[in-house]
Amino acid sequence: MRAVATTTLIKGARSTRSTIALKLLMAASGIVFILFVLVHMYGNLKAFSGELAFNEYAEHLRTFGEPMLPYGGLLWIIRVVLLASLVAHVGSAIALAKRAHAQRPVKYSVKKNKASSLSSRTMRWGGVALFLFVVWHLLQFTIVKINVGAGGQAPEVTENPYRLLISAFQPEQWWMVIIYLLAMLALAFHLHHGTFSAIQTLGFTNTAESRARARVAGWVVAIVVAGGFSLVPLFTVFGVIS
Amino acid sequence: MKLTLKIWRQANASEKGALKTYELDGVSQDMSFLEMLDLLNEQLLQNDEEPVAFDSDCREGICGMCSLMINGEAHGPEVTTTCQLHMRSFKDGDTITIEPWRAASFPIVKDLIVDRSAFDRIIQNGGYISANTGSAPEANSVPAPRDKAMRAFNTATCIGCGACVAACPNGSASLFLGAKITHLGELPQGQPERYSRVQTMLAQHDAEGFGGCTNIGECASACPKEIPLDVISQLNKDLRKSLILG
Amino acid sequence: MAAGTHYLPGLTPTNEAPVQKSDDAAGYYVLGDKLVDPKAPTGPIAERWTNRKFENRLVNPANRRKLSIIIVGTGLAGGAAAATLGEAGYNVKSFCYQDSPRRAHSIAAQGGINAAKNYKGDGDSAYRLFYDTVKGGDYRARESNVYRLAEESVNIIDQCVAQGVPFAREYGGLLDNRSFGGVQVSRTFYARGQTGQQLLIGAYQAMERQVAAGTVEQFTRHEMLELIVADGKARGIIARDMVTGEIETHLADVVVLATGGYGNVFYLSTNAMGSNVTATWRAHRKGAYMANPCYTQIHPTCIPVTGAHQSKLTLMSESLRNDGRIWVPKNAEDCAKDPREIPEEDRDYFLERIYPSFGNLVPRDIASRAAKYMCDEGRGVGPEVEETQPDGTVKKFRRGVYLDLGAAIERLGKDAIEEKYDNLLDMYERITGENPYEVPMRIYPAVHYVMGGLWVDYELSTNIPGLYCTGEANFSDHGANRLGASALMQGLADGYFVLPNTIREYLADGPFEPISEDHPAVVEAKQSVQERIDKFMSINGTRSVESIHKELGLIMWEYCGMERTEEGLKKAIGLIRELKKEFWTNVKVLGSADSLNQDLEKAGRVADFIELGELMCIDALNRRESCGGHFRAESQTEDGEALRHDDEFAYVAAWEFGGEDGAPILHKEDLIYTAIEMKQRSYK
Repeated sequence: MRAVATTTLIKGARSTRSTIALKLLMAASGIVFILFVLVHMYGNLKAFSGELAFNEYAEHLRTFGEPMLPYGGLLWIIRVVLLASLVAHVGSAIALAKRAHAQRPVKYSVKKNKASSLSSRTMRWGGVALFLFVVWHLLQFTIVKINVGAGGQAPEVTENPYRLLISAFQPEQWWMVIIYLLAMLALAFHLHHGTFSAIQTLGFTNTAESRARARVAGWVVAIVVAGGFSLVPLFTVFGVIS
Repeated sequence: MKLTLKIWRQANASEKGALKTYELDGVSQDMSFLEMLDLLNEQLLQNDEEPVAFDSDCREGICGMCSLMINGEAHGPEVTTTCQLHMRSFKDGDTITIEPWRAASFPIVKDLIVDRSAFDRIIQNGGYISANTGSAPEANSVPAPRDKAMRAFNTATCIGCGACVAACPNGSASLFLGAKITHLGELPQGQPERYSRVQTMLAQHDAEGFGGCTNIGECASACPKEIPLDVISQLNKDLRKSLILG
Repeated sequence: MAAGTHYLPGLTPTNEAPVQKSDDAAGYYVLGDKLVDPKAPTGPIAERWTNRKFENRLVNPANRRKLSIIIVGTGLAGGAAAATLGEAGYNVKSFCYQDSPRRAHSIAAQGGINAAKNYKGDGDSAYRLFYDTVKGGDYRARESNVYRLAEESVNIIDQCVAQGVPFAREYGGLLDNRSFGGVQVSRTFYARGQTGQQLLIGAYQAMERQVAAGTVEQFTRHEMLELIVADGKARGIIARDMVTGEIETHLADVVVLATGGYGNVFYLSTNAMGSNVTATWRAHRKGAYMANPCYTQIHPTCIPVTGAHQSKLTLMSESLRNDGRIWVPKNAEDCAKDPREIPEEDRDYFLERIYPSFGNLVPRDIASRAAKYMCDEGRGVGPEVEETQPDGTVKKFRRGVYLDLGAAIERLGKDAIEEKYDNLLDMYERITGENPYEVPMRIYPAVHYVMGGLWVDYELSTNIPGLYCTGEANFSDHGANRLGASALMQGLADGYFVLPNTIREYLADGPFEPISEDHPAVVEAKQSVQERIDKFMSINGTRSVESIHKELGLIMWEYCGMERTEEGLKKAIGLIRELKKEFWTNVKVLGSADSLNQDLEKAGRVADFIELGELMCIDALNRRESCGGHFRAESQTEDGEALRHDDEFAYVAAWEFGGEDGAPILHKEDLIYTAIEMKQRSYK
């Protein structure tokens, strides 16, 4: 058998479906998520201002843009954008992972990683972990509003965003704090490489300096977002926020 | 030096291969890695065992014919080609695992030899400047800014060995592709075809089955010519522009 | 260069035809008829090529698709020709033994490419490049060919720049030039130390573009094993698919061999592992003349051999001689010392001492031989290696001289040297494990290029109609020695500009009668290839092909290397004949012929090298003069300089194959100069 690859030349480019187009889609949707988590994290910090401020902020999100937008309109716009981004992000990831898998049917018996960061190598499984976390997180705080703490599904807890939050991270629910902190670690990893990767994919790292800057951006976004998010559960479990 | 070698043996593309272990004595520190394999082959021949097939040609690090995954690193532990790797990088008693490049787009021909014709086809699909012989204007009529010419040169040093694909967990050839896009795209002569080139070359890259880039950088660290990761950024940028330009 | 440079238009002969008096090779050859280039142009030297291009017939574009051309080899000469002929619309089939055309060994050329652009305004011109090339080749090249080369050199640069070859540039964005290899004008274009690579990639890309266009069909991992000559014309080749082992017949209207040089006959050389003589040697056996096979260029600046395991030698660009000073210790007892501990007064800068006006920049052959003599005297440096002398005794030598960048680093600073030679010095350190910024580098001569090759006429056609030969594979442009940065120039000139303009004269007679695979000549060629392969597989002896190749190399290097003698050459011929018997009775090739089999590939190449080696020795034996890369100990001046005998040997020695056991037949083509006068070289 002759090991000749029989691929012929591709006539007519179809670059809109190319690997790089998929990557561009991934980068663009990733940036939507980065912006979202930055704003979300900032919003969460309202918890430090107490129940009133926090709940007011939560309500404000729904009245934002009225009367141009209906009640909760902005939130729905954001949800639709996020959902579309999620579909694009995950869809591209699956398509690219499949390609990668098909390209190396026989694995190396020894393979060293020389340059890649741990974060870059854990994007796929880390992404899956984040996805599962987000499902739980939405069930917990948005869709079902599951109160894992004292008081069960009493409406005065579930319909009060601040109390639902505080209730989730009491010392008795230490495991929930751990889950959130692990999720933030996964998020940090994902953002660390994801931010750099998005900048590179969009073609903004054409010199060694700009590449170094993009790497710094990865660190900054990862630390600020994951760190900022972690403050609320940590300060809650230690009783600073109550 | 005495070494234990675990070498991938595979009769041809269709048969299954496996790692086989050999003991080799009398290896000198001054030998190149391929001369060490020459020594093994002489020993195998004397024992009536078929020598290990591996690619090499210039043996001075420029033709790109040699390959080999050595202990999990493309071209071994130094930043160079396998032919320029010397045994002083190893110690007496070492066990060395030698495998071929592994990528579906680089099917194994025999033992450690793979078929890299996919790279030729990527070049065929736009990796050139169309300039028929005899049609060229006077060379100095188009000055090229020195820094751009330097970047063009630095990326034109790609030897097409395939280490980037071999090292990439996705089996992507983005570094190879980006190097050519950057080389031709940085020169004034390369401008007319710049945005069609990126589309056709990328289409061929994808059709060959190479994976997508996840920007993790294993390729650049495996590249014996130290082509930097920024060529992939350039590739992405040119593609983005070409999509916008239609 | 020296005094007495004056322009001659090329209208009257400046020398008489040579008459050979000596006959050292008597008994080893048969004297044949004189040979005259039937296509030689006449008239003023500067107009010959222009007129020829006009006189050669054109091929109707509609007919080109019906004309098929086989090109073997994808280096600068083959790749450039494939691209250009493909663009013209011919039906081209291109063959290479590597896995991609981009790997051809032109890629390894480091220094640069000459062109008479005169961008530096230092008085360069086509005539001066022509003059320097003929003189550098010790007046053993055809003047018309060389002038054409010099004329086309400027077009090469234009073409390559248009293709995107990233030549070095100045701050203003214009092309940079440097002086190279002892030439006093700056006419060398370069791309750091990787000029060959960049030029080859340019030709390769142009060729791949034609592959995509469908005019060029590319056959990689294919090795030509026989030439098909039917009814007196070259009509195709027999090639082996090196992956499947299939023996394939490829027919065409014309065959071009662009298969490079045969330096690997010395086993150790700067050539690629796969570089071989098989294509041209098979053509030679089919009747093509082999010209000046003994002209070998030994390059002075290579990394010395470290031991018996050595498989190839690596060149360090000659440009290092611009800044490096070459020396050995004055006293043999210092040779084992750390060079940094040898005081200035105990160092012998022997090139500067013997050749005060050119110093370290003397031509390659002179620098090489001087280094050899120093080592022969016992003043070499580096590890001691045992060598068997012609009389059978074993002596120890150190084969290396220092190339010291110390003074240049002091003068220009480490940074400047680093910028200039960075990748070279890195490569040196990688191979030797020594840091050249701290310890003087060690260098020694190695076989680098062969000026000999298939005989071709002015139109690059061999004496077999329909068989052309270009680049290093032919003999035509460098005489007895090649100037630095001229190999790339010749390869590309042949491929882009010369062959496409001469081959059309032959093709204008087409379309030709198709030839069938049943033609007796085709059947015979295919059968002979099969039989030869079967023979290799069935000998089943005890020796590896590699070990026989090594032995051949030792014989060639010892007796047909830098210095040749009548006695040594005769001994070598005897040894080679014995080695040939040993090969055909005791070689061992395992595996099968119908799969990839690297030992089988090598067996065919070594079998041909053995036959070539014998012819090289006979040619060297016959030429009892010293010229360029050929130095006969019997022909030197009182102070040991090479001495030419123009009255006897100003001819091209074209050898015809004399049959399996017959003596080769020598045809002499006299060299008559009209545009330049022959002078003895002096670099003192």
